Amino acid sequence: MLELQNVSKTFNPGTINEKKALSGLSLHLAPGDFVTVIGGNGAGKSTLLNAIAGVWPVDEGRILLDGTDITALPEHKRAYLIGRVFQDPMMGTAPNMQLEENLALAARRGQRRGLKWGVTRLEREDYRELLKNLGLGLEDRMTAKVGLLSGGQRQALTLLMAALRQPKLLLLDEHTAALDPATAEKVLELSDRIVSENMLTTMMITHNMTDAICHGNRLIMMDEGRIILDISGEAKRRLTKRELIDRFAQSAGYQLETDATLLTKN
Amino acid sequence: MSAYFASLSLLKLLRSLPGGVSQGLIWGLMALGIYITFRLLDVADLTVDGSFTLGAAVTAMLILAGWPAWAALLIAVLAGLLAGLVTGLLHTKLGIPAILAGILTQLSLYSINLRIMGMSANKAISADKYRLLLTSRHIPAAILTGAAIALVLVSVFYWYFGTEQGSAIRATGNNPAMSRALGINIDRMKVLGLSLSNGVVALSGGLMAQYQGFADINMGRGAIVIGLAAVIIGEVIGDALLGKHRNFYGTLSFTVLGGVLYYLVIVVVLWLKLNSNDLKLFTAVVVALFLAAPYLRGQRKSSFARFKRKGGDGCA
Repeated sequence: MLELQNVSKTFNPGTINEKKALSGLSLHLAPGDFVTVIGGNGAGKSTLLNAIAGVWPVDEGRILLDGTDITALPEHKRAYLIGRVFQDPMMGTAPNMQLEENLALAARRGQRRGLKWGVTRLEREDYRELLKNLGLGLEDRMTAKVGLLSGGQRQALTLLMAALRQPKLLLLDEHTAALDPATAEKVLELSDRIVSENMLTTMMITHNMTDAICHGNRLIMMDEGRIILDISGEAKRRLTKRELIDRFAQSAGYQLETDATLLTKN
Repeated sequence: MSAYFASLSLLKLLRSLPGGVSQGLIWGLMALGIYITFRLLDVADLTVDGSFTLGAAVTAMLILAGWPAWAALLIAVLAGLLAGLVTGLLHTKLGIPAILAGILTQLSLYSINLRIMGMSANKAISADKYRLLLTSRHIPAAILTGAAIALVLVSVFYWYFGTEQGSAIRATGNNPAMSRALGINIDRMKVLGLSLSNGVVALSGGLMAQYQGFADINMGRGAIVIGLAAVIIGEVIGDALLGKHRNFYGTLSFTVLGGVLYYLVIVVVLWLKLNSNDLKLFTAVVVALFLAAPYLRGQRKSSFARFKRKGGDGCA
């Protein structure tokens, strides 16, 4: 489904702030793969997701999604393939627009936006049904401005929006990191549900080792812009935190002082 | 002092109010254009000072050339669209900050407008010689025409910004990162919004030229500030009268009304014999106050100064 071939990206090349964020990274995702991505700060996790989403062009390598070479496509042109949820709950929704308007914008992801009504009566009914399924009572607030919602409600809405028009790939960039633990748990549950119901190919960055182990069918660990660990299937199911930390030490060639320095324990 | 008050005639004020309404309607139309950039796209577009005069110059010259007023106005709108397009391309394709891009277009329009007007700073289009859509000589008719155009424009805006494309423009102004992620070409939306806005501004410039019977190279000076004044006055009044019940149609209508109210204030100020050369200063002060009001109101609720006033642990 997703194929990265030898992708590299350096920020601020030729300056004192030069930072090689991705170095010759290759990755293949099969349809339906749910990959959790872990790694320390600056390991290149978000850079990887941004490279796939097309926030900026990569320096080298190719990115293929659903058989299409998207390496040269700007962000808005590859959006038709990709659903995204960001770390910052403010980033995924338009605060001054109504709930139903936000959903309607997402329902037209990657489509031509012409002079038809922005929200039709028919889709309103659909949205009400979908929001009811969230169980957050949002179905009664369809014309409220999204800016009035809490962070957790917004992330739930953004998740719904990302999956509204079935994406070939769902990118979750630490989408629970800004939420309190109870809310984060709920949003994660919802993510699992949406991913499995729609059989979405998914990449989820997390700082939480337990979440990385308990969710998805595959786990990759990054360090210095490379993938240093890739565990899937039965091995992933049996994985423990202790083992993960040891494997990190083996692959990265250095020992974590404590797991907490680079990865939040929980 | 008493001589001053004795010289003020209430009757004179009442008689100048209708004229204020008709001019205010034209400024209110311009404010609709400014609403697109200032409120929907979140950009302060300074092109308008130039595109207002552009609309007036094009209208005046075409009417002088024998064109019917409505056709002249149509071309003026196209010229305004083009001016906005230039600002939009300077901003999106060349990476110039929006406010600076607007200033550049505005400056260049000064020369262009002079050329359009045949290198003369003022062109008269007398209502005696030409059939104009509206003129200050027939104020009731001018009010009717202005109100009709406002009604049409508000309705068209209401429809357009409810469509998929209009929603995409609003989303672009509201959250560009999200818009890109949802596949919206935000550069295109910005260019589109800036063009539409300046098209409307040029329309109002063309109407103003007909109303006052001439186009003047300096008539657009400060138009952006007047437009902002109208937008903000409209919002404040709309909030006060309708509060939460104000929908988008109401917001747009109150923007036009804001223009009318603004100009009525000017009429009163002039009636009080303020030197008309001081008007721009007066306008700037009024707009500064209205822009500052929401900030200061917020400050009163939560600020560092609050602790000082309470003299310590101001938790209450």
